[in-house]
Amino acid sequence: MFGAISEVLVYVSLFFSLFFEIFLLITYFEKRSTLKVQSEYKEPAHFPTVSIMVPCYNEEETILKTLSSLLMLDYPKDKLEILVIDDGSSDNTLKILDQFNSSNQIKVYSKPNGGKYTALNFGLQKTSGEFVGCLDADSFVEKSALKRIMNHFNDAETMAVTPAVRVHDPKNVLELMQKVEYAWGIFYRKMLDYLGAIFVTPGPFSIYRREVFSLIGDYRHAHNTEDLEIALRMQANHLKIVNAHDAIVYTVAPKTLKTLYKQRRRWTYGFLNNSLDYKFLFLNKKYGNIGLYILPMAIISIFSSIFFLFSLFWSNAVRAQESITKLMTIGPEFSLSFDWFFVSSSAAIFLTVVGIALIICILVLSRRLTDGHFYFSMDIIYFLAFYSFIVPFWLLSALFNTIFSRSVAWK
Amino acid sequence: MHEVDWKKYVFTFLITAIIFFSAITLSRYFSDKRVEEIRSIHDQISVNILSSEVQTALLEQFSCKEIGTTALSQELGSLGEKLSYTEVSRGSDDPEVMALKRNYSLLEIKDYLLMNRIREKCGTKHVFIIYFYGAKCEDCGKQSLVLTKLREDFPELRVYSFDYNLDLGALQTLISINKIEENFPALLIGDDVYYNYKNIDEMETIIPQLKVWRLENERQEKATTTAQ
Repeated sequence: MFGAISEVLVYVSLFFSLFFEIFLLITYFEKRSTLKVQSEYKEPAHFPTVSIMVPCYNEEETILKTLSSLLMLDYPKDKLEILVIDDGSSDNTLKILDQFNSSNQIKVYSKPNGGKYTALNFGLQKTSGEFVGCLDADSFVEKSALKRIMNHFNDAETMAVTPAVRVHDPKNVLELMQKVEYAWGIFYRKMLDYLGAIFVTPGPFSIYRREVFSLIGDYRHAHNTEDLEIALRMQANHLKIVNAHDAIVYTVAPKTLKTLYKQRRRWTYGFLNNSLDYKFLFLNKKYGNIGLYILPMAIISIFSSIFFLFSLFWSNAVRAQESITKLMTIGPEFSLSFDWFFVSSSAAIFLTVVGIALIICILVLSRRLTDGHFYFSMDIIYFLAFYSFIVPFWLLSALFNTIFSRSVAWK
Repeated sequence: MHEVDWKKYVFTFLITAIIFFSAITLSRYFSDKRVEEIRSIHDQISVNILSSEVQTALLEQFSCKEIGTTALSQELGSLGEKLSYTEVSRGSDDPEVMALKRNYSLLEIKDYLLMNRIREKCGTKHVFIIYFYGAKCEDCGKQSLVLTKLREDFPELRVYSFDYNLDLGALQTLISINKIEENFPALLIGDDVYYNYKNIDEMETIIPQLKVWRLENERQEKATTTAQ
């Protein structure tokens, strides 16, 4: 009975995975001609005023670099306002920020600690730009990022633009793995843009028309994922979000498994709980692809990843038990004999091979989109070898916390 | 402003369905290939047994030396392994697998009867184990491992394994003649029936000849090592 259910689940999750990968690839090939790899950008006809908010809490290590990158932006200085909101840091962040006290372009504010969304709302009240954006204090923008983003606002319907987020200076295996994951994310977000289904406006450098906040209100606590909630709220109000895949922002990725686990658990917990808050979007064709397919698929993928981990554990445990029984029964045996007859040829094996081939295909396209051409490097191997095995752990933990209503801390 | 491109969903569904259909067809193709391979081994063994039967019938006119006897049980063993693998992958309700399994059991019985006659006529040193397993048997997996290992170590040991509940007249006769109870694993060695799991040491106690063969093997191995 258990075996039969498990087999059905394997085929159902394989069907959903293949459908998803094919859906993305069809979207890509449909829009390929309009998709330019990072290219020369047009000079905007006019430069509207932009306010960038940098909320920070204990960011002494990266804040200077973040602000320097903003100061280096290729955008008229008199049109760019930078607001740093210190959210009650207990380290040297505020001391470091003292050097900008006399700056015309950077305004520093300090408030008691209340969480990122409170810092952003505080900043919103102080901003004056026609456009408002946010940059996390552990992220750095590329010089041309803002101009590339602002070009997308030529479409009067566009209410927010998200950038392409890359990993800053990846060195260890975990960071290199995330480098590939972020490249995948760049490809995925661009496809979501084509589908009108972007459901996160990431903390690193998403820019909004100011009127977004007067139309739908300020940032909310949103289970510590305010960037996800505001995007869902925008979608719920039919406000258009697009992606500028050539506007590059670098972010510091977690260096250890523990910090990565905590970050991703928070993201997943936020996604699950915001999904509950916005459940009316699900399977509702009024909201187009995001309601009908993208959000339900994101939930399905959480469950299928967890199921994948469980079935992997289960089959390995069964195999290990068989080997132990064999060892205990007839002692150690070394056999090099090989017979194709005993190689499994179940449909699930062929479907998994197709699934992996499609993943590799998307990885190649992602790299071409982010780097202009495909090149092989070890990070792809790290991603393929480890990613699927570690993801289910934070998914499971976030799911557990959601079911038992435990909140997940920031750090 | 939120639009749904239904055509894309249908198109994606069709492509996914085609991939699924192809994978299932491919899997079925390889599975059928396996059954074909089993059938061909089975046919080959049938011919070998028939040939041995004819040889045995001519025993009185020819000498025992001319009867080849060693390769057959190995082939039967590997056929058995492949058959049980196919039974697991295709399911024990697959009529093709069940038909092959019945044929295989018949071959085993024929081989057993033939080898018994050869032993009586020619005085060969073969030892026979008839092993019965059933569906609800925790120790049968372990017992199979022990018997496979013994068969590999000693070519003169002939192991015939039978699914107790297989719908096959000849098998049921074999069971009733020897009064085998539905208690697994059950081993018929000579005229005695042994129930419950028996490890290698216990098997060597039940069949002292195994110890003799083991010593011989060890002696031969030592001689080969010294010669090298």
